[in-house]
Amino acid sequence: MFSVKAVCLVEAIHLATGCPRLAGRLIHPAVCHVHHWTKRDIDPRWSSWTGPNSTGEAGVSAHQTKVMAKQEQPGLLIVEIGGVCGVLEGHVELLKKHFHLITMKEFLKKKERLSEKIKSVLIYECRPVIDRELLQSLPHLKVIANSGVGVDHLDLKLISSFGVKVTNTPHAVSDSTADIGMALMLASARRLVEGCQIAVSPQTEHFAADWLGDEVTGATLGIIGMGSIGYKVAKRAKAFEMKILYHNRNQRKEEEEQAVGARYCEKMEDLLQQSDFVILVVNLTPQTHKLIGKRELELMKPTATLINISRGAVVDHDALVEALQNGIIKAAALDVTYPEPLPRDHPLLKLKNIIITPHIGTATVQATRMMTEEAVANIQAVLNGLPIPSEVIPQ
Amino acid sequence: RSRLGTSGGSSQGVSGMEKQELPYDYVEFLKKHFNLITMKEFLENKNSLSEKIKAIYILPNLKVIATSGAGVDHLDLKPISSFGVKVANSPFAVCTATADLGLALMLAFARRLVEGCQIADSPNTEHFAADWLGDEVTGASLDIIGMGSIGYMVDKRAKAFEMKILCHNRIQRKEEEKQAVGAIYCKKIEDLLQQSDFMMLVVKLKPQTDKLFGKKELELMKPTATLINISRVVDQGALVEALQNGVIKAAALDVTYPEPLPRHHPLLKLKNIIVTLHIGCSSTNSHCLMMKNMVESILAALNGLSIPNEVIPQSDLHLAKL
Repeated sequence: MFSVKAVCLVEAIHLATGCPRLAGRLIHPAVCHVHHWTKRDIDPRWSSWTGPNSTGEAGVSAHQTKVMAKQEQPGLLIVEIGGVCGVLEGHVELLKKHFHLITMKEFLKKKERLSEKIKSVLIYECRPVIDRELLQSLPHLKVIANSGVGVDHLDLKLISSFGVKVTNTPHAVSDSTADIGMALMLASARRLVEGCQIAVSPQTEHFAADWLGDEVTGATLGIIGMGSIGYKVAKRAKAFEMKILYHNRNQRKEEEEQAVGARYCEKMEDLLQQSDFVILVVNLTPQTHKLIGKRELELMKPTATLINISRGAVVDHDALVEALQNGIIKAAALDVTYPEPLPRDHPLLKLKNIIITPHIGTATVQATRMMTEEAVANIQAVLNGLPIPSEVIPQ
Repeated sequence: RSRLGTSGGSSQGVSGMEKQELPYDYVEFLKKHFNLITMKEFLENKNSLSEKIKAIYILPNLKVIATSGAGVDHLDLKPISSFGVKVANSPFAVCTATADLGLALMLAFARRLVEGCQIADSPNTEHFAADWLGDEVTGASLDIIGMGSIGYMVDKRAKAFEMKILCHNRIQRKEEEKQAVGAIYCKKIEDLLQQSDFMMLVVKLKPQTDKLFGKKELELMKPTATLINISRVVDQGALVEALQNGVIKAAALDVTYPEPLPRHHPLLKLKNIIVTLHIGCSSTNSHCLMMKNMVESILAALNGLSIPNEVIPQSDLHLAKL
């Protein structure tokens, strides 16, 4: 029964997007072998991201989609193309294959006419902002597809009250976000950024022998949030022979724990007290808002490092400043802050024992491409009444 | 207790070690076993001795030289051996830390971490641009040149990032070991150079490997590839040219020659490079382990026992087997 549903899902994604690799990415490999053409099309060696449906199977093929007249294509609202927060120019062709692209600027000029056409919205870098006014002006809107996994910037209840579905892209982001978690942990432990500055500084005459960092291999890593990204972090950390503790709403299955050598800590306090590195990999929800505050930081070892790749608001920034200034914890490495960017006079920017990166968890050529493809697959599934790969349902 | 000479805080010493001081934490540890003499103290007394005497003669009872880390290219092994003095290094203490740094540099480079930190900190930053992108490490291809203990550990870590790994070594490892790693062995360096996104150099510096990586090798690499050097074998002149002309995309170097580079060196002016200060084994754990290893080697030598981590000059290998 499960395998039949999985095949239908794979078929849905493939037919909707002509993206064989994406279909394979979204479905667990254990069920991929079920259908003979499914396996062939999910061959990861295919480099073509949006190749036509070569099996000749019936259904909406990418070829047919290509010849669809522009007017027949469903309207997709985006904030802009290019620029600071617009959809990447390199992805426009992919979007135009399936949708009639309408930017916010165009929409505001011809609201009456275009509002009839818009069936979907693609959110990139939290834009466009979805408020009641916008929802009211889009009577035919069916789906808001978010590029990225976090949807804390969306009022899910409000959107749902308009009968509009919300989707995200959990599969596209997991590898690159896990990678940035490891990159931050290694860079912080080995004082890489500081080291680079010294190596190139005009004042440097010699390298001091007593300039040391901390070893990552064999250290204890505490993962708070063991979803797909957290699990991938664990998998990478295991190769560094780290002892892995994790805290999660629910304990993972025993086989999953054993595969990465992770030990469950029912109480977050136990994890905080034992870890050399604590990494935050949770969604931002009312329950996880300021999850790490003064109390939690005081529970951590004074030699520990806090790494945040979830959302800035999961950490109480004032408490963090104090903890770093007073040696309550040793260091921090943040890919996310609240707000982004921080005001230029924020105390976090003045500290020596912190590295901050500009929210680059998914900033790779490959991940951004996959995010757009995953969003397209979600939108197509909604518009064609097929099972939706990554729908976000309000609690 | 035996006397142990160190380079101390004097202005003379082994090349590349000028003005370096022994980390103070270890002094207590060493004093437990030895009577410490700094270079300065030694040199003050040297003046009272014959001007003809070379350093080695002034230490007629010298039995062993223990060096921290894996590299012994700063020691002239043959003459030392001809005086009957043994040499020991501490290669295994540095393995994990050096492998970790190799991964740290690769990740930092691919994801533009150092640049990202500068943007996040800069007083001019008003927003973060959406089209500012790096390269994915997961699933990318990595070449490892030099599959000794450090190379082996790099492979183990890179495998967890689902990287496609090719490797090259002087001697092919045993079948069981080869299967334990994910890497595909390439007999010729040229075969693996053309395929990969990242190239990591993890070989020992010796006459055969000096400038192992030069113009020819750099030109064989993909123009989108990044070179990561955690050993000592790059032809720096060829590297500058390759980076300036886009022959390769970027390089991350923990090791340069000399260290530090002269402040006007062209490598420091390039944008597509990160240089770190030879911190491959600069972790507190590694240093503790290195100290322990070195003390073990010294005590073994002084007690006429077989020396762990002894370094034998190539020509004497056949004697060692007797």
